[in-house]
Amino acid sequence: MLDIRGVTKSYGTRQVLTDVSFTVGDGRMTGFVGANGAGKTTTMRIILGVLTPNFGNVRIDGVPVTASDRRRFGYMPEERGLYPKMKVAKQLVYLARLHGLSPASARHNADDLLERLGLTARAGDTVESLSLGNQQRAQIAAALVHDPEFLVLDEPFSGLDPIAVEVVMSVLAGYAAQGTPVLFSSHQLDIVERLCDDLVIIADGKIRANGSREALQEQHSSPRFEIRTAGDTGWIRDVPGITVIDFDGDFAVFESETDAASQAVLHRAVALGAVYTFSQQRPTLAAIFKEVIA
Amino acid sequence: MSTTIRPVHTAPTFAQSVWLVSNREIGARLRSKSFLIATGILLLISMSSVVVGSIMSQNESLTKVAVVGTAISVVEQTQVFDIVESGTVEGAEALVRDGTVDAAVVPSTDADSLLGLTVIALDSPPSEVLGALSVRPDLKILNPAEQDGFLAYLVAIGFGIIFLMSATTFGATIAQSVVEEKQTRIVEILLSTISVRALLAGKVLGNSLMAFAQIVSISLLVSIGLAATGQRVLLADVGPAIVWFAVFFASGFVLLAALYAATASMVSRQEDVGSATSPVLFLVMIPYFMVVFFNDNPLVLAIMSYVPFSAPVGMPVRIFLGQAEWWEPVLSLIVLALSTMVMIVIGSRIYSNALLRMGARVSLRDALHR
Repeated sequence: MLDIRGVTKSYGTRQVLTDVSFTVGDGRMTGFVGANGAGKTTTMRIILGVLTPNFGNVRIDGVPVTASDRRRFGYMPEERGLYPKMKVAKQLVYLARLHGLSPASARHNADDLLERLGLTARAGDTVESLSLGNQQRAQIAAALVHDPEFLVLDEPFSGLDPIAVEVVMSVLAGYAAQGTPVLFSSHQLDIVERLCDDLVIIADGKIRANGSREALQEQHSSPRFEIRTAGDTGWIRDVPGITVIDFDGDFAVFESETDAASQAVLHRAVALGAVYTFSQQRPTLAAIFKEVIA
Repeated sequence: MSTTIRPVHTAPTFAQSVWLVSNREIGARLRSKSFLIATGILLLISMSSVVVGSIMSQNESLTKVAVVGTAISVVEQTQVFDIVESGTVEGAEALVRDGTVDAAVVPSTDADSLLGLTVIALDSPPSEVLGALSVRPDLKILNPAEQDGFLAYLVAIGFGIIFLMSATTFGATIAQSVVEEKQTRIVEILLSTISVRALLAGKVLGNSLMAFAQIVSISLLVSIGLAATGQRVLLADVGPAIVWFAVFFASGFVLLAALYAATASMVSRQEDVGSATSPVLFLVMIPYFMVVFFNDNPLVLAIMSYVPFSAPVGMPVRIFLGQAEWWEPVLSLIVLALSTMVMIVIGSRIYSNALLRMGARVSLRDALHR
């Protein structure tokens, strides 16, 4: 478990992070969202030890992270960079060896990742000769080549085509399934919504919301329901404690003052005929995000 | 909790990290065509300068002198002339006129002549012939120069040029590779893996090894060239100076490399490397010009041989000229080694402070600030 505790960072008089605390649990895909300049990249750099915080620290299972722990991290920085004139496979082997892998396992891991990311044919090409999308895949390979036990990825999906997004999503989900804590930032909230177990929302250097996706959705969902039945739903207006928001023949959206009132609607609907849909409306991540940072 | 068993990778030690980084640096240099071509040209120039020097010295022929009658025994005694015998004074004069000989030596017709010889020349007194035939007073030189002035000049310039070329080539290379890492941001991945000091040490070590290898191969090539072209006397004179040069260069370049890396880390773009590292370039140029202008000034050379930046050129020149006591290069080397260590500490401070600051140039004050 990766634990960020009370991290504060300022550059001169400009405070960029204020008491940032959250956890990335084992096997949890944790989405890190925030507007540009909110402090995501600074936080990630501090987790990786590339920057030093003014206060606070980063812990693994309660113990402050040391330099040798950080070698077990896989990191993808926001601004992409590999050696432009170095061959892809060689570069991956070099990075793996810096993390302490033997030459043989470094080569094995590099080949394996290139295969999984569909880059095998490009293994002998220099990075500068790759297309942007392939450079991005190589960058992801660079973050994963040393069997990391923690993943910190800054915008891993930017610049990827939809197919590559699927590939990368499945690779990351595979790591999480093995129990690896994964922290990733993205501006593509739909991807975050599909992928993340936990969510951390940051604005102006402060954590605004933090928790499991379901809990956040629960917390931010209005007492609003939608229903679709076989017949007309006009009768719902007359149920006590119910306000209809939207109505269209067999479909209605309504707000309920109490749980009992919404259940009363369901009972009556079932009694009247077939019910195809009855659900509480869940706010989208985009909606929660807007609400939280407002 | 982790559900699968991961392979355990032990973290490499500081030395292993340094070694990996320096290996990458060396590999990157060896894969660069421009580096290989530049090295080839440098080796070719140093080799051909030896060969050309040898050809020039062999072509130096003896002055031709026409002699008549009894003059022949006198001229033969000097052993420095190529003698052409002529039957008559007129014949000898004709040889002077048509340029076959530089001068003619004939028996004097003047009974009072001290030597009994007349020297005939075309348009000016032939000082070489007159000097050889003159009666000279005894000569006592109190402090004989060990080396011929012109040769000393050539050797001094040789050391100066090789130092300048190697230091600027590898200095620029290390500066570029620092900015490349900064510009491509791979430095973030590197620094999340290894320490700043390991990265700096690896870059300095890799490039210094390459520079040293270049210096050693030039030295070997020049030595072999001197031996092969029969200039063994010169080799015996220059040899110790060359060995000291290599030793001083090894330490002196590490100092310069640390400086180049530190100054380059203050900028974020390749375009700014030149202006950022120009103060260091200046430090490399100064000893070159000093040795060109002051190679006959023992005091300036003595000072140069102790100042860390110019010692790699100054001390070998003094050793060649025989001006240095045996302990002087040792003392100077200690001074150089100490200043190199100090510079590595300052350099790594600047490097670690400036490396992650993108955008505008980092001021020296900010870079030195802890």
